[in-house]
Amino acid sequence: MNVETSVRVEDKLFYNRYLVDVGRPHIKVRAHTKPSPQLLALLKVCPARCYELNDKGQVEVTVDGCIECGTCRVIGEPTGDIEWSYPRGGYGVLFKFG
Amino acid sequence: MIEEKFDAIVVGAGMSGNAAALTMAKRGMKVLQLERGEYAGSKNVQGAILYADMLEKLIPDFRDDAPLERHLVEQRFWLMDDRSHFGVHYRSEDFNEERPNRYTIIRAQFDKWLSSKVREAGATVLCETTVTELARDAHGKVIGVHTDRCDGEIHADVVVLAEGVNGLLGTRARLRERPKPDKVALAVKEMHFLPRETIEAHFNLKGDEGVVVEAAGTISRGMTGMGFIYANKECISIGIGCIVADFQRTGETPYGLLDCFKRHPSVAPLIEGSEVKEYSAHLIPEGGYKAIPQLYGDGWVVVGDAAQLNNAIHREGSNLAMTSGRIAAEAIVQVKSRSHPMTAANLSVYKKMLDDSFVIKDLKKHKDMPMLMHTNSQNLFLTYPQLVSRAMQNYVRVDGTPKAEKEKGTLKSFVNARSWTGLFGDAFRIARAWR
Ligand SMILES: Cc1cc2nc3c(=O)[nH]c(=O)nc-3n(C[C@H](O)[C@H](O)[C@H](O)COP(=O)(O)OP(=O)(O)OC[C@H]3O[C@@H](n4cnc5c(N)ncnc54)[C@H](O)[C@@H]3O)c2cc1C
Ligand code: SF4
Repeated sequence: MNVETSVRVEDKLFYNRYLVDVGRPHIKVRAHTKPSPQLLALLKVCPARCYELNDKGQVEVTVDGCIECGTCRVIGEPTGDIEWSYPRGGYGVLFKFG
Repeated sequence: MIEEKFDAIVVGAGMSGNAAALTMAKRGMKVLQLERGEYAGSKNVQGAILYADMLEKLIPDFRDDAPLERHLVEQRFWLMDDRSHFGVHYRSEDFNEERPNRYTIIRAQFDKWLSSKVREAGATVLCETTVTELARDAHGKVIGVHTDRCDGEIHADVVVLAEGVNGLLGTRARLRERPKPDKVALAVKEMHFLPRETIEAHFNLKGDEGVVVEAAGTISRGMTGMGFIYANKECISIGIGCIVADFQRTGETPYGLLDCFKRHPSVAPLIEGSEVKEYSAHLIPEGGYKAIPQLYGDGWVVVGDAAQLNNAIHREGSNLAMTSGRIAAEAIVQVKSRSHPMTAANLSVYKKMLDDSFVIKDLKKHKDMPMLMHTNSQNLFLTYPQLVSRAMQNYVRVDGTPKAEKEKGTLKSFVNARSWTGLFGDAFRIARAWR
């Protein structure tokens, strides 16, 4: 049973409001050839599915839909796989309800 | 560059930061509060239940104008397997009282309101400002902050770190460690809108009565976790959270879990026909008493989720945040009124006051619970819910099997799954951790 594939995260993110800080991503993935287990875990655990594999098998992040939970930091920062900050003041996700 | 020096800088305008800023401003201190969101609340996510008592201590007449949703008259606990739930419901007319004890709230709106009270009390509140670093003197004493809004440092006698569970500043300044994957849960949540009357019909409510459902079982697929459904006036908050290390281990996706929870036959009818208007996620501190870091130092204190003050067993966080923020502020006011410097030795009064409050007492009481739930997650969240469901079905289904045989069957299924020592061990460990 793989129910996950039927869930389109992009549709969920569409409900949210964002002010994207174009050209200044607040999360960066360290350059790598083969992703660590921690990086691979982010493909699944990120609730906004910001992490994806490129065609070279490396993990990339696109922060536009990030909901700033900090999960990837907890997993990926200790190993140096990612660098994580908050967006600049006022940028990022804007919850109306929270 | 802000030249002015403040008595106190508060980082964050969530529950703890607002409580701290309000308390200090009311006592005449010159307070600067910095919040990275567009407005207070725009980054914050909660279920959310508000406990009146802790807010009354800050704003006694909050019921006059706070954006409250419903007062709770009913609590439902559900133990779920894939097709059923076994529920314990408690509902009482006593909760329809003049000054109700618990309310549902919508955090973004509530925080905005609380922030207006902070401003009224005289604090300077600056939103859209991310604090990037703590400023320290040559001896390491915290003397202010750096922000992304203005160049240079902003100075204050003391900095209150109310920055929430991620606690980036405190980690960067090496005041405490980064939260560990087995000590935080990731919760995802959606806001489902329905007409008021529909919500009242779905949940058996009238007027402003409210209900919360808390659910555990196979919905978390063997991970330590909980689902929740909270009725607001015109929307329903629905979500699920599990320990981050469990997500990492299992490769389950948070949105996959949420969608399964929403489609569960016990849940789907409650939200049927709703329009989703937001999808959010947030971490929750789950380490309990043993995860509490150093709470004060030279020129700083830490409050709320940043200090991991969260009672995961009772799903309480905001009240601990509000209370720790208020107590830290009272401690600071005390030090200042004696014209003493904001040194670690003088600020240690905050910890003493907090130790005497329900915040630390409650966390201490359940200090072994987080570990227990985590190491036993397969049994507690997968095996037992399935066993209970089978037992209940066996009990209520009338099919000509003699009752004695039915009971024997039920017992056998428990023993087969967990063995006698396993059953007694589980019961004993839970009782001891609860004590
Ligand atoms: C899904 C969910 C359900 C919950 N349900 C309940 C419940 O029903 N009842 C309950 O009592 N508790 C509940 N909690 C817990 C509760 O939400 C938290 O304990 C509470 O919000 C903690 O308050 P806080 O002020 O410490 O942190 P937060 O409310 O997270 O506030 C931190 C603030 O600091 C700001 N900030 C952070 N870093 C910076 C920076 N560098 N510069 C500027 N600003 C910054 C953030 O934007 C934010 O506004 C729940 C939590 C979740 C996630
Ligand atoms: S902070 Fe949360 S939402 Fe943003 S990229 Fe990391 S895991 Fe995904």
